[in-house]
Amino acid sequence: MGALSACGIAGTRDTGWKSGFDWDSWWRRQERQGTLDFANWPLYIDRTKDGSPTLNDFSRKYGVTVNYRPVIQDNASFFAQISPVLAAEQPIGYDLVVISNGWELTQMIENHWLVPLDHSRLPNFERYAGAASRAPAYDPKNEFTVTWQSGITGIGYDPEKTGREITSLKDLYDPAFAGRVGMMSDNTELGSTGMLVQGIEPVSSGPAEWRQAAEVLRKQRDDGIVRQYYDQGYIKALQQGDTIISMAWSGDVFQAQVSGNSNLKFVVPEEGGMIWHDNCMIPYRAAHPVDAIEWMDYSYRPEIQAQISDWVNYVSPVPDAKPIIADQLDDPTVADSPLVFPSEAITKQLHDYYDFKSVGDHEEWTSIFDPIIQS
Amino acid sequence: MSSSLKRSLTPYLLGLPTALWLGIFFVVPLLAILSVSLMTGNALDGYTLTWNFSIFGDAISTYSTQFLRSFLYGGISTAVALVAMYPVAYWVAFYGGRFKSALLFLLLLPFFVSFVIRIIAWQFILADDGIVLGTLKDIGVVPESMHVLSTPSAVVAGLTYDALPFMLLPLYVSLQRIDRSQIEAAADLYASKYDRFRTVILPLSAPGIYAGIVLVAITNIGDYVSAAILGGPSTTMIGNVIQTQYVQNADYPIASALALILMATLLVAMGVYAKVFGTRTLQEHAT
Repeated sequence: MGALSACGIAGTRDTGWKSGFDWDSWWRRQERQGTLDFANWPLYIDRTKDGSPTLNDFSRKYGVTVNYRPVIQDNASFFAQISPVLAAEQPIGYDLVVISNGWELTQMIENHWLVPLDHSRLPNFERYAGAASRAPAYDPKNEFTVTWQSGITGIGYDPEKTGREITSLKDLYDPAFAGRVGMMSDNTELGSTGMLVQGIEPVSSGPAEWRQAAEVLRKQRDDGIVRQYYDQGYIKALQQGDTIISMAWSGDVFQAQVSGNSNLKFVVPEEGGMIWHDNCMIPYRAAHPVDAIEWMDYSYRPEIQAQISDWVNYVSPVPDAKPIIADQLDDPTVADSPLVFPSEAITKQLHDYYDFKSVGDHEEWTSIFDPIIQS
Repeated sequence: MSSSLKRSLTPYLLGLPTALWLGIFFVVPLLAILSVSLMTGNALDGYTLTWNFSIFGDAISTYSTQFLRSFLYGGISTAVALVAMYPVAYWVAFYGGRFKSALLFLLLLPFFVSFVIRIIAWQFILADDGIVLGTLKDIGVVPESMHVLSTPSAVVAGLTYDALPFMLLPLYVSLQRIDRSQIEAAADLYASKYDRFRTVILPLSAPGIYAGIVLVAITNIGDYVSAAILGGPSTTMIGNVIQTQYVQNADYPIASALALILMATLLVAMGVYAKVFGTRTLQEHAT
């Protein structure tokens, strides 16, 4: 801001590359630099005490030093950190970042803050990417992004404490669980689940449906059913027993199960679950774009993806990793999990998020759902 | 330049660094916040100054609950910290002997750890099945459904806990400075223990009480960490709203307007407080 703020604050639109920029010749001039600065979410890659085996393999094979930083806690605050830097036409210091589909990603694309990917350098992606990772609605030609992992928003619960199996989103509104229900503070997640419970399809919804969802969610809060609106801390609350049933992301619950909370369960409720995609992308002005795109492609090799998926337990973008996890890694639990390699039955139950069409659209959504979270 | 002119300029020259400092790091940002609050637009297309004064009215009416709640939580936590820390400061100042410094150091020791880490530790300690509530539930002292986290009490407790050293130090300094012969004189004039406290010690420690209250109340009313970590669905304080509007929604005008309203309200409240209580006792103490 500073001096600018006397008369206005410049918008971020078009502060990235200029239309008509010749990306083909730009990519031809780029070379591997031997360094990769990679920003990701915590607990989102295979891990041993010597670091990540897949990253170490990549380092050895390509001669690239990888600086892996699990610094992204949520999309909004990470975006708030990097957007002033990008708007000031500076590099953010990362060659590869992982951001979910949603309003922040839309802005990254609108602002021309992402390097269009050179698909001639992504042969493994072309060959192995699963259907869900190809041409998603938010990036129809995979021009800027490839999926890192996907995930399902459903319900996590402790059957011993709920005293029954959970099957429906309506269970999140059951007065029997008053004060022990965890909801998410991300307004996109919260709003979408408020629609699903009423049988509204989020992707084709509009302001009238949003208000209808808000009404149900407000009542749930005012009836004292909601314990708290959580960020990723919801999983800790569920593990600690502060909540006994909670909106949850599939992989978190699996990781909690293997780290000593085998009592927890995850379910895609009968009204459906939301499917989201976390995406790899190269921010504009990244210093080592070739190293970044080589890692993107490398991660799509089935044997590499198998190691990552076997550890993070989210939805894998590479279906061919399944037999490798089953046979070579000898982990049938993950290989057969319908939530890592979704079965057709599960896929049918998954819904896409509403895509914000404009700033005003997003502002309206926020003004409807924020007052529920912050009351 | 004549020597008399030089002499008359000296105080101003000495004040120059401070004036520059305040000008650059206080007045300019304040004016920037004011101008931002009067803008309209959005992050993508930019914000322009449209002198949108109605934002202040809108901000107050939309977030009056959170404003009132902040003052309520801030007030309660300040009062509890005062009541809790006065006896501690008193005991250290009057009975600490040669261990005074060591005792003060021990009292401040926990606060060498980051505020956020300590609040997260409380989240762990106060968990429903945690070491405190879990144990109490096991022996049947409290009902199974009881929880402390996500309640207003948890937020106020977090605020109070963090305020302790800021309350302790000014209280300790003012109690420490009391001339012991005045207390002896009161005793010689047959004042009871209680009278000595009420008529001598308490008034003489008033500047410490005043300073402690100002320090703690201002910090706590604007806090957002405690509510974010220990709070529940209806414990949002104005600091949380400002944080969300600024960081998550990039709605700089409303965030700036809320920050200015908070600042102005605090200034007025503290001004009234100083008029009624502060300067009077400070002057009495000085004379």
